[in-house]
Amino acid sequence: MKPLEILKTAMTNSLRSKLRTFLTILAIFVGAFTLTITNGLGTGISNYIDSQIAAVGSNNSFTVGKTDTSGNPGSGPKKYDASTRVLAAGGRPGSTQLALGQSDLNAIGAIPGITGVTPVTRLNPDYIQWKGHDKYQLTVSPLAGAQPQLAAGTGLDDSGTQPQLILPASYVAPLGFADNNQAVGQDTTIGITDATGTRHPITARITGVEQSALLGGGGAFINKALSTALADAQGTGAPAATKTAWANATATFAPSSAAQINDMKAGLAAAGYTAQTLDDRIGTVKTVINGIIGVLDAFAVIALVAAGFGIVNTLLMSVQERTREIGLMKAMGMGSGSVFALFSTEAAFIGFLGSAIGSAAAIGLGTAVSGALARGPLSDLAGLHILAFAPVPVASVILLVMAIAFVAGTLPAWRAARQNPIDSLRYE
Amino acid sequence: MSVPILSARDLTKTYGRGPDRFDALKGVTLEIDRGDSVAIVGKSGSGKSTLMHLLALLDSPGGGQIHVDGTDAKTLNGRRLNALRNSMFGFVFQQFFLNPASNVLENVVLPLKIAGVGARERRTRGMTVLEQLELTDKARNKAGDLSGGQKQRVVIARALVNNPQVLFADEPTGNLDTATGRIVEDILFDLNANHGITLITVTHDHDLAARFNRRLYIRDGLLITTDEEHAA
Repeated sequence: MKPLEILKTAMTNSLRSKLRTFLTILAIFVGAFTLTITNGLGTGISNYIDSQIAAVGSNNSFTVGKTDTSGNPGSGPKKYDASTRVLAAGGRPGSTQLALGQSDLNAIGAIPGITGVTPVTRLNPDYIQWKGHDKYQLTVSPLAGAQPQLAAGTGLDDSGTQPQLILPASYVAPLGFADNNQAVGQDTTIGITDATGTRHPITARITGVEQSALLGGGGAFINKALSTALADAQGTGAPAATKTAWANATATFAPSSAAQINDMKAGLAAAGYTAQTLDDRIGTVKTVINGIIGVLDAFAVIALVAAGFGIVNTLLMSVQERTREIGLMKAMGMGSGSVFALFSTEAAFIGFLGSAIGSAAAIGLGTAVSGALARGPLSDLAGLHILAFAPVPVASVILLVMAIAFVAGTLPAWRAARQNPIDSLRYE
Repeated sequence: MSVPILSARDLTKTYGRGPDRFDALKGVTLEIDRGDSVAIVGKSGSGKSTLMHLLALLDSPGGGQIHVDGTDAKTLNGRRLNALRNSMFGFVFQQFFLNPASNVLENVVLPLKIAGVGARERRTRGMTVLEQLELTDKARNKAGDLSGGQKQRVVIARALVNNPQVLFADEPTGNLDTATGRIVEDILFDLNANHGITLITVTHDHDLAARFNRRLYIRDGLLITTDEEHAA
């Protein structure tokens, strides 16, 4: 029998007992539906996290600090080294952090693969104000390769001389703007206090408004021109020494493979620096989410295995019912291989129907629910589509279900194939 | 002398073992020539169906040899055996074994489908054989909707569609009334007489058996030379 004929015959046969096939398909449908939904959840959340991560920094940079070698307090006080400087650090009151100096920046820049080093200057502006409206506190961060998700306007011009910023969406109404579009292109005043207590107002233009973000922390992104202006204002009157001590530096590199990144990290570690990519810092979040999705997937697969037993049952009944027909076909010279192929193809076809319908329903319902959630309860997290369906995962779900169905079909198919024609013909 | 199309030597067949052991055939030797018409006659349980199944290579004997057209059946492997069953033999069953959900044409071309013949040629050859059996107008009807006589003609059409050399029939008229049975008999004998098809039929109907060229009487697993029932 030709493969195409086997496929056609198997399809016809599977529709012969419609109610039974329908119930089996329903069982597979539930499994495939669940698996597609959990997959969609994984894709949706990963997409969101990726865009959020891109919004806070670049994948092509390290945050580098000096490795603290003071170690265990029990090992006693460390000897003073004239080349080290410390800065006050966050965390426990009184804790310090080793500072990076110009020589450190040069050392970092000398590591193979690093294309640029920029010290991270902590800027502490006091307020932001627009045209005599109320003043609001503001934190700022340099762009450093981040790709903020804009709700309006355009990105920053990092090479120009005009001071620019991207305003978080939450500032739009308080500052007195009617909407996002009105804010774009407006000049605002940022106040910053220098080392002597004098306040400097600096004018900066809003080029865009950023969507509410999960990881950004509500700060405004600023371009190089504004960053320099603010740093100059803040540093006015400060002792020269503090201008050349930084807690961290950003080291950029060309897009690289994971192995190359690890090599650079190892090089930095050997030189006494600790480097983290953004993925290192966000990685834990992703791992947790992947773990949750994995557990959900496992439940869906359990449902599918249960559905697989449904297929075994259906086909065993089918083989029983068609004993005489199988005997007849074998008497007419149909080989055992063809009989086996006929029944296992039927199983795979039932699996295909169940998974295709299940996935289609999941995509339809999931897209609708996700849309409704994005407009309603999740509207604070702009850009989050909790369920997203990519072709490859959906296709692999369908293939997985078909594979499970095929495996489930092998037992009945084998029973059908080994039947002796004459026993089958005698069967009443 | 030409090689007989089927020959059997000392065929035995046993079902079960121990106290349930039942010897269906106890050593049967026979030869059937090409173009012959043979009736295997015996009572229920005499072993006549077993003998036919063995001759048709549907079952393997417990002992003895079968030669098909001079070839020892034991030497045939799976693929050649399937090809032989498909192209050389045709089967007509008392219980029809039609798929009631499919139409008549689909039922008739099943052997061609198994042989891997293309859809167009299947249709042509199926319609030719249906014409031969005057069933052209029923080609699109569901097999389940036909009368007994029509069903048996469909079964004969299915058996003939591959142009077999040997036609095996198991009680071909057993489920039919006398008049319909007569028509089916005429068709079978016409195929034997005018198309050279070797006809081997199992029956317990002595009137039917009388129309055959040869009759093999079987009782308790052995061929007997005389018709004991008639003698008695």
